[in-house]
Amino acid sequence: MSMPFYVAPEQMMKDRADYARKGIARGRSLVAMAYEHGIFICAENPSATLHKVSEIYDRIAFAGVGKYNEFDQLRIAGVRHADLKGFTYSREDVEARSLANNYAQMLGQTFTHEMKPMEVEILVAEITDTPGEEQLFHILYDGTVMDERSFVVLGGDAESIRQRVVAGFSDGLSASAALELARTALAGEERTLENADLEVAMLDRTKGRRTFVRIPDGDLSGL
Amino acid sequence: MSLPQFPSMADPGSDFSALLRKSGTEPFPVPAAPQSPDTITHGTTCVAVRYVDGVVMAGDRRATAGNLISHRSIEKVFPADRHSAVAIAGAAGPAVEMVRLFQLQLEHYEKVEGSPLSLEGKANQLGQMLRSNLPAAMSGLAVVPIFAGYDLARETGRLFEYDITGGRYEESDYAATGSGSLHAETVIKVGYRRDMTADAAADLLAESLFQAADADSATGGADTLRGIYPIMVTIGADGFSRLDDDDVAGRFAEIAKRFSDNHREA
Repeated sequence: MSMPFYVAPEQMMKDRADYARKGIARGRSLVAMAYEHGIFICAENPSATLHKVSEIYDRIAFAGVGKYNEFDQLRIAGVRHADLKGFTYSREDVEARSLANNYAQMLGQTFTHEMKPMEVEILVAEITDTPGEEQLFHILYDGTVMDERSFVVLGGDAESIRQRVVAGFSDGLSASAALELARTALAGEERTLENADLEVAMLDRTKGRRTFVRIPDGDLSGL
Repeated sequence: MSLPQFPSMADPGSDFSALLRKSGTEPFPVPAAPQSPDTITHGTTCVAVRYVDGVVMAGDRRATAGNLISHRSIEKVFPADRHSAVAIAGAAGPAVEMVRLFQLQLEHYEKVEGSPLSLEGKANQLGQMLRSNLPAAMSGLAVVPIFAGYDLARETGRLFEYDITGGRYEESDYAATGSGSLHAETVIKVGYRRDMTADAAADLLAESLFQAADADSATGGADTLRGIYPIMVTIGADGFSRLDDDDVAGRFAEIAKRFSDNHREA
């Protein structure tokens, strides 16, 4: 009988984290920020059909970067969780915080117990009727949860994008200002991003019950 | 409540009813013993008619149990999604629950798949729900809806009637369901014109509910004492919208006045 080599737990976790980070860094990044009517989410995504940003519930949106099939599986689990909860209790009982905790549990579990960690970073965003109460839950591949109020950057090059967002961010941005800030932050100095390279969606509290709005590439100029 | 996860063979896909079943809730429970119609709350008359650019739908507000009025302000016409509506008659409890499930089914599909069902697909979904409810219907909990919507692909309003077995029948002009439907439908049949505007169609439906309420004790008309009026909605290319109570009250006041002028005993 062959004995497996001993690997220190620190080494094992580090290897997995490196593996997940490398996978995420291969994809493109995403910015979400509070704006005048709620939360503005902009992803660098050349595909018009494979979405990174989607609707979970009336006031909750989901966004993911990294491996598409993995975050899409998380998205569907989130829609199911929210719809089941809203049906069993009531629509107002569906909250981003509980969903974010569930995602964290699932990602943490996969990170420590499965063969390979998920190569994803996800965002659960929620708005209320009141400006300033936006919630952005940023969840990492190992189940780490961070909550932010004003903006968040997901993806490989997060730190430099983050610095560019900080430089231009202020409270109560209009949708078009938020779009331009996201565009320049995602692009950096050496590139320019066209409308077709971006995927934009918002949680807009003026839109009635279902606040999620996706803006097709063609309509971006009209924001 | 944890995140629902399924092995790929047992994945419920975009079907919310299947998801409910897999999570341990039967969406269409069958009562242990047949239920007497006198003890179950019933919703009564709903009508719908096509007009040139869409559909108008209306329903009275009365619910009865046997010969008693159990609710005076029940709602029987609901938005199913942005471009369709459903109206219900029959056992009120299962009917309202079915509408809630149907609304969620359409929304769930749209979110999971990333695009909404076609109008035809929505109509078939409702038929499948009625089929699932058949055992309960045979025990006295029958639900008979009307489904109407604006078909964005064909650019026209469409109407569907159902029976308790899930049979789905598309109507080209108008539809009615519930205890007062016989009277209501006759009024619509006589007054129907293919080139009606939304306004004329709403007047015709108001008249049909007025006459149904006049002849059928289970149908409520305009309750002016309490200020409770039938629900009237239109669905066109720009989606579902409900007429406000003042508008509906005005239509009923006009009908009542005309009726009174002609029928008051000397």
